[in-house]
Amino acid sequence: MMLRISKYSIFFFALIIILFPRIASNISAIEHYPDIMIFAGIYCLITIGLSLLMGYAGQISLGHGAFYGIGAYISAILTTRFGWNPWSCMVIGAVITSIVAFVVGAPSLKLKGHYLAMATLAFGVIVFIIFNEEIEWTGGPDGMTGISGLTLFGFPLNTVERYYYFVWGIVLAVFIFTVNIIQSGSGRALRAIHSSEAAAMAMGVDVSRYKIMVFTYSAALASVAGSLYAHYLNFVNPSSFDIFFSIKLLIMIALGGMHYIWGAIIGAVIITFLNYEWLHYFEELEILVYGAILLIVTIFLPQGLAGIPAIVKHWFRRTLSDGSR
Amino acid sequence: MEADKGILKISELVMAFGGLMALYKPDFVIRQGTITAVIGPNGAGKTTLFNVITGFLTPNEGTIHFRDQSIINLKPHEIAGLGISRTFQTVEIFENMTVLENVMLGFHTKLRSSFISSGFQLPLTRRKEKEIKSKAMDILKFIGLSGKWNEPADSLPLGEQKVLEIGRALASDPALICLDEPAAGLNETESHLASSLIMAIKEKGVTVVLVEHDMKVVMDISDEVLVLNYGQKIAYGTPEEIKNDPKVIEAYLGDDGAYA
Repeated sequence: MMLRISKYSIFFFALIIILFPRIASNISAIEHYPDIMIFAGIYCLITIGLSLLMGYAGQISLGHGAFYGIGAYISAILTTRFGWNPWSCMVIGAVITSIVAFVVGAPSLKLKGHYLAMATLAFGVIVFIIFNEEIEWTGGPDGMTGISGLTLFGFPLNTVERYYYFVWGIVLAVFIFTVNIIQSGSGRALRAIHSSEAAAMAMGVDVSRYKIMVFTYSAALASVAGSLYAHYLNFVNPSSFDIFFSIKLLIMIALGGMHYIWGAIIGAVIITFLNYEWLHYFEELEILVYGAILLIVTIFLPQGLAGIPAIVKHWFRRTLSDGSR
Repeated sequence: MEADKGILKISELVMAFGGLMALYKPDFVIRQGTITAVIGPNGAGKTTLFNVITGFLTPNEGTIHFRDQSIINLKPHEIAGLGISRTFQTVEIFENMTVLENVMLGFHTKLRSSFISSGFQLPLTRRKEKEIKSKAMDILKFIGLSGKWNEPADSLPLGEQKVLEIGRALASDPALICLDEPAAGLNETESHLASSLIMAIKEKGVTVVLVEHDMKVVMDISDEVLVLNYGQKIAYGTPEEIKNDPKVIEAYLGDDGAYA
């Protein structure tokens, strides 16, 4: 069951975002964490959309790494080759990615379950190959450098702290926007599609329209995330957008709990820290850790970390009612 | 005055699955404000008829007119928008939602919702949402489930799930409601409740078409009975007329008279 998301929890979330860099800067062991949190925030944008697509509407995508990459490369190409303003690159990236998502999604979303997964996986592979092979445009496996940074109202976002607040400000806005969708007629329609397409149709839900809408929305968010990534690092190369990244996104929402929008945030943050910080020790065995996480979560905690409060509550209620007997 | 006007007219309808004739020209007219039961042996084409009316299947031939408008080739959600609602033989409630949310989803046709209006929580969207919530509570009172509004829909017993499905179908304020075996799997008390609910729906002015095997329910509440066998209409009339129709008796008993 979807728990209602209270204003207080969002307020608390905003407070953590604001305070985190202040706290981190005073503790030398985690001084560099805001930098990692920037990447976590960028991934959050993708996982929020993916959670809406997969957890709420029940449509599987293994190709969101590609949408993320398209956003990043459009920003990279337009700023370096044509000297465009980064903001317009971001918007154009989102528009083009939406169109691509619409074209790919319209036929693919007629497919169900594994077939949809395979179609989006194939799309991801194709896009990855294009990034690698279209050397003239994308620089091939070496990638592209010299992507310009962002400036907000004449205020360059050139420090970790500034970019942190900028990215997490967007995450917060997107989060609230998405929560509003979930807690409205559109969100109900998506969940209805997940539960029974036939019944949703019979109740007047235009199932294909909603599927395309949620697919396009999640792709556009991934594209914006890609642009934010490119303008932050000033460098892109194909390896950031491979199939393994798409799978990592799935691990993020599975770990966090894809039926809860909070799960998108929790999962993205944890996996990002594992990726950039805590798993260095494992080197190339890293992938085994991710596999283990996915395995453990799907077997023992299918609702993900965000589902734990509900389980605890349920358990408490049961113990209490047993005790009163 | 309007009581005798046909709300749904079906003529020359043919629905074939490969070589199998699921429906073959069962011409009939449903009168507004009545309860019409569609009966017939298993495989007679009853559910297929519902699927054709509600747009889940496109017939090979024939016409269906709802309030003098052709609804052939329309998609299910478009037909729902015109005012035809339905339930399913195998209960299709949204098990990932609460009882109240199930009914609120039923109001979808009254809602012009998009991601933009929902995401920004425009004032109109909020007002609509409030309005829908209170109307959905009214429906829950009508079907007798208001005490369980906040419970997960899949925690209800089957009888209540069926009632909830009817409530959800009523939410779109339909002119015609198609109920596919509303009493199947229910015990005597529950099916009695279902009967009185269907009567109450008729009182509201909604035309009801139902597929049902429970003959007691059919005979108690229907104004008209349509009997199908192998996709064809073999009888149409009042319950009294149908009961004594030799063709109907033959279809049900068969040549060997093994089943009553």
